[in-house]
Amino acid sequence: MGVLSKKDLKLITDPLADNNPITIQVLGICSALAITAELKASIVMSIAVLFVMGLGNFTISLMRNIIPPKIRIIVQLIVVATLVIIVDLVLKAFAYELSKTLSVFVGLIITNCIIMGRFEAFALANGPIRSFIDGVGNALGYALILIIVGFFRELLGSGTLLGFKVLGNPIEKTGVYAYGYENNGFMLLAPMALITVGIIIWVQRSRNTDLIEDN
Amino acid sequence: MAKNTESNLYTVIFATVMVLIVGTILAFLASSLKGKINENKRIEKQQNILYAMGINENDESSAIFVAKENVESEFSKYIEKQIVIQGDDIIEDENAYLIDIKKETAAAKDPSYVRRLPLFIGKKDNKNFYIVPVRGKGLWDAIWGYVAIDNQLIIEGVYFDHKGETPGLGSNIKERFFMDDFKGEHIMDNGLFKGISVSKSNADPKNMRKTDFAVDAIAGSTITGDGLAAMLKKDLKMYVPYLKTLKQ
Repeated sequence: MGVLSKKDLKLITDPLADNNPITIQVLGICSALAITAELKASIVMSIAVLFVMGLGNFTISLMRNIIPPKIRIIVQLIVVATLVIIVDLVLKAFAYELSKTLSVFVGLIITNCIIMGRFEAFALANGPIRSFIDGVGNALGYALILIIVGFFRELLGSGTLLGFKVLGNPIEKTGVYAYGYENNGFMLLAPMALITVGIIIWVQRSRNTDLIEDN
Repeated sequence: MAKNTESNLYTVIFATVMVLIVGTILAFLASSLKGKINENKRIEKQQNILYAMGINENDESSAIFVAKENVESEFSKYIEKQIVIQGDDIIEDENAYLIDIKKETAAAKDPSYVRRLPLFIGKKDNKNFYIVPVRGKGLWDAIWGYVAIDNQLIIEGVYFDHKGETPGLGSNIKERFFMDDFKGEHIMDNGLFKGISVSKSNADPKNMRKTDFAVDAIAGSTITGDGLAAMLKKDLKMYVPYLKTLKQ
C-alpha cells in the first residue's frame, strides 16, 4: 500500500477534529471521565485503545459478511474481549511491569463504547484496510481529547505533569505555591472531567458553527 | 454466494463455532504462558517483600524494585527466616512467601480452620525486620501489600499494590508519596493495638507526628483509603500476639 488516498486520509483526520468520537459523536465519555486525573493514565489508555480498535475494526470487517445480524453485538464483544485478554496474557508473560500498569484498563477497554460504536458504524460496512484506518483515526481522536483533559486535570489538580512537580512543591511552598497558589482538588474528581470535556466542545463548536445542531 | 445469515440454525452454528475457536485460542495461550506468568508473580512477591524492608533501587521520587536478575540472591541474602504462625505453633518454612493470603482468608471463614500466618524475618545493618503480608478490599477490587515492622512495633516500610483502583486516584496507594508516609508510624498505643488510619483531617501533610496512628489520605480516593486502613487493622492485628513477644 503506497501513500494513503485522500479518502483514506480523511478517515484519520476527521476524527481528530470535526468528527471527534468524544466531542461530536459523544462516545467513550465514561473512560474519559474515569482515567484522566493523570496524564500518564490518559496516554496509556490511548495507546491501548489505539491497538485494540485498529485490530478489532480489522477483524470485524473481515468477518462482516458471515456475522449473523441477530447476535452481532455479542460477536463484537467477544472479538474485543478476546483481543484484550490475549494482549493482557502476552504482556503478563513477557512484559510483566507493563502489564501491571495496564491491568486497570483491561475492563475499561472492553466496555469502551467507541470501539463498539465504530464496529457498528464502520467496520460492518467497509473493507478491512479502511476499517483499520478508521479504527486508528478514531483512536487518535479519542487520544487527543483524553490527553487534553488529562493535561489540565493533572496540572490544575495535582500541580504535576507525568508526575513531575512542574508548579513547585505544595508542601514546601516553593514555585507558584510561594505566592499563595493552591491545587484545586476538585479537578481530580469526575465532574471536572465532564466540565473540561464540555469546555472543549464549546470551544470547538464556537470555532466551527456548522457543528451546532439546530433543534 | 447467497448465505442466509438470518436463519436461526446459522446463528446457532456460528455462535458455537466462534465460542469453540475463541475458547481454544485463549485456553491454549493461558496454559502455555502459565509457567512464565507464575514465575513473574513469584519474583514480584520477592521484590515486594524486599521493597517493604527498604531493599530497593528507589530514586528521588519513584518506587523501583531490585532488578529481576538479582532478586533471588538478594532475597536469600536479606530474608533470614520465613515462618508460619498457626495458632500457637511456629513453623519454619522457606516457601512461606508463596502462601496465598486470599485462600487463607477464605478458608479462615470456617471456624474450625486454624489460619496460617506467614511472616518473613529480614536482617539489614544488624536490624531485624518483621514483614507481614496484608490483603483487603479497595473500591473496585483487591488491594494488598507488605508491612515491615521492627521489634519496637514501629513501621519501617510498606509496599502496597492493587488490582484495579481508579487510575490517578486510588491507584496512588502504590506511589512513594503515600507509602513513604508510613515509615516511622507507631501501631501500638501503650501496649494496645491501634493500627494506622488513612485520615482526611489530620492536617499533617509533612507527616511529622509519628504517634497519631494516621497518615494523610489521597484526595479523591476515600474508599480506597478506608479499605487500606481496614486491611491494616485487620491483618496486622493477627500478628500482634507474636510481635509483642519480640519487644522484651
